[in-house]
Amino acid sequence: MIPSLPQHPLAKLMQHGYAAAFYLFLFLPLAVVLLFAFNNADYPAPPWHGATLDWFFANGAGGRTGLFHDDELLASIGNSLLVACWVAVLSVVVGTCNAFLLERTQFRGKRVFSLAILLPLVIPGVILGISILAFASKIALLAEDLWGWELDFLRPGLPLVVFGQFSYIVTIATLTIAARLKRFDRSLEEAAFNLGASRAATFCTITLPYLRPVLFGSFAMAFLLSFENFNTTLMLAGSEPPLTILMYGRMRNGATPVLNAISLVLMLTSALLALAMMRRKREHH
Amino acid sequence: MIRLLLTPTRLGRLLPLWLLLAPALIWLVGLILLPHLDLLWLSLQTRGDGGGDYTFGAGNYLTFFDEPLYWRTFARTAVMSLIATALTLVTAFPIAWYLAKIAQGRLRQLLFVLCLLPFWVSEMVRTFGWILLLQSNGVIPHLLQRFGFTDQPVELLYHDATILLGLVYSSLLFMVIPLANTLDTLDDSLVEAAYNLGGNGVSILRDIVLPHAAPGIAAGTIVVFMLTLGNYLSPVLLGGKNSLWFTEQIYNQFITRFNWQQGAAFGFLLLILSTLLVWAGLKLTGQSFGEAMRKS
Repeated sequence: MIPSLPQHPLAKLMQHGYAAAFYLFLFLPLAVVLLFAFNNADYPAPPWHGATLDWFFANGAGGRTGLFHDDELLASIGNSLLVACWVAVLSVVVGTCNAFLLERTQFRGKRVFSLAILLPLVIPGVILGISILAFASKIALLAEDLWGWELDFLRPGLPLVVFGQFSYIVTIATLTIAARLKRFDRSLEEAAFNLGASRAATFCTITLPYLRPVLFGSFAMAFLLSFENFNTTLMLAGSEPPLTILMYGRMRNGATPVLNAISLVLMLTSALLALAMMRRKREHH
Repeated sequence: MIRLLLTPTRLGRLLPLWLLLAPALIWLVGLILLPHLDLLWLSLQTRGDGGGDYTFGAGNYLTFFDEPLYWRTFARTAVMSLIATALTLVTAFPIAWYLAKIAQGRLRQLLFVLCLLPFWVSEMVRTFGWILLLQSNGVIPHLLQRFGFTDQPVELLYHDATILLGLVYSSLLFMVIPLANTLDTLDDSLVEAAYNLGGNGVSILRDIVLPHAAPGIAAGTIVVFMLTLGNYLSPVLLGGKNSLWFTEQIYNQFITRFNWQQGAAFGFLLLILSTLLVWAGLKLTGQSFGEAMRKS
């Protein structure tokens, strides 16, 4: 119950106890992953054999290959970064167009449109993946039969992964950008017009600077969502796996502490990104 | 209205709108609508008896009902998802209450951030953490043995309870945030008034708190249910061979068996189930789809 009401001390204790247990539950798995990145043993499991940095820096000479010498892993990080960049750029550009459509225009069928953009959030990621996989290979087959074209980017691989992830991440970008555009004071633009500014000049000097924080924010969010996506990516990845797919494969075949090491790097990066975004947000309020 | 729309000619009026609309249409038609129509068409292609040509028909859907493994996996996935959603609600509610009503000032801000942080880390890493904790040579069995609770390491992975644990863990945030947001708008004086009028903990929860939190509960439940139903990592990694999760069946048909027609039918069945239950949830709580999605 709320603090202003009288209440049994035991009930109070239980509330705080539950909160403490909840946060322990939340962080326990992450703490274990971090801990075993430094264990001097070949498997990420107890008992503790003392600390080592082998799982980051070993060069394979002593039978151990650390994260920074694991070429397969590094290549998959490269794939993930490449995909995430494309997805983030596309999502922000298309998301901005969509936001202007939603907030600034009237057209027939707009109600249908504003519901349709929400659809990708209701479709399970696995199904987004298979539908795009099947459709793309159908087009590739058709192009080959009709014109003899070899459209390799429609076969499972990184371009398809970009399409698949973009198809739902753009919805999230659209909603975020539209929410900020909604709060924009239109009289600022009108003032600029009255002072003789052109449409383009007004957009670049008034509207765009206002939107800049949310554009950066949704870029970061899209990047992160793409980097961590698994369900859609699983169906569309080809011979060059992104990081999550590679990690999944290794986890099924028996994990080594290298996975802990890469997890640690991921955790640090996303924690920094999260804190940076929260700080930005606070500054703009 | 866009300023440019004020130019007199019809072309000049419509061109900017079409330029804005083009990317959205390419996206919605090219990546969502057409692929799903194609998937539907694919699911209705049935292999003939001789194993040769494909004919149009509901054969793949009939296979689903004929083969107990398939429809049992389907039903199991639905039931487990419902259980996981209910468990998530029960686990998240006290924390949402704590965040909204009990924690104050800086502590409250800190707790909010701490609650968000784990979900910025990939689901893969979080599931990996649970594997390290629960596998037979993992941390918890090790500690249980060390302190004499068990004679030998116990295998805590590959149980239904483990799958539920993983599902609840990965869904918590999507329940805590909408709940905390609605509980935050509940006026404390209402609770105080109810107390002064003789209400007790149970009756206040039932008559004041829950009705007020209903929109948050609905939004959280719907989102969590959808995510759980479509989840792949937690059931497969934590449940192993026993997971019997429907998304895994779809993956098997598509990637392992290369039977895309059957996989497409499974995909559509999952999509129908997901849509139906979301729709039922919205009807029950009298919310519109757009409202619920924006809340989460």
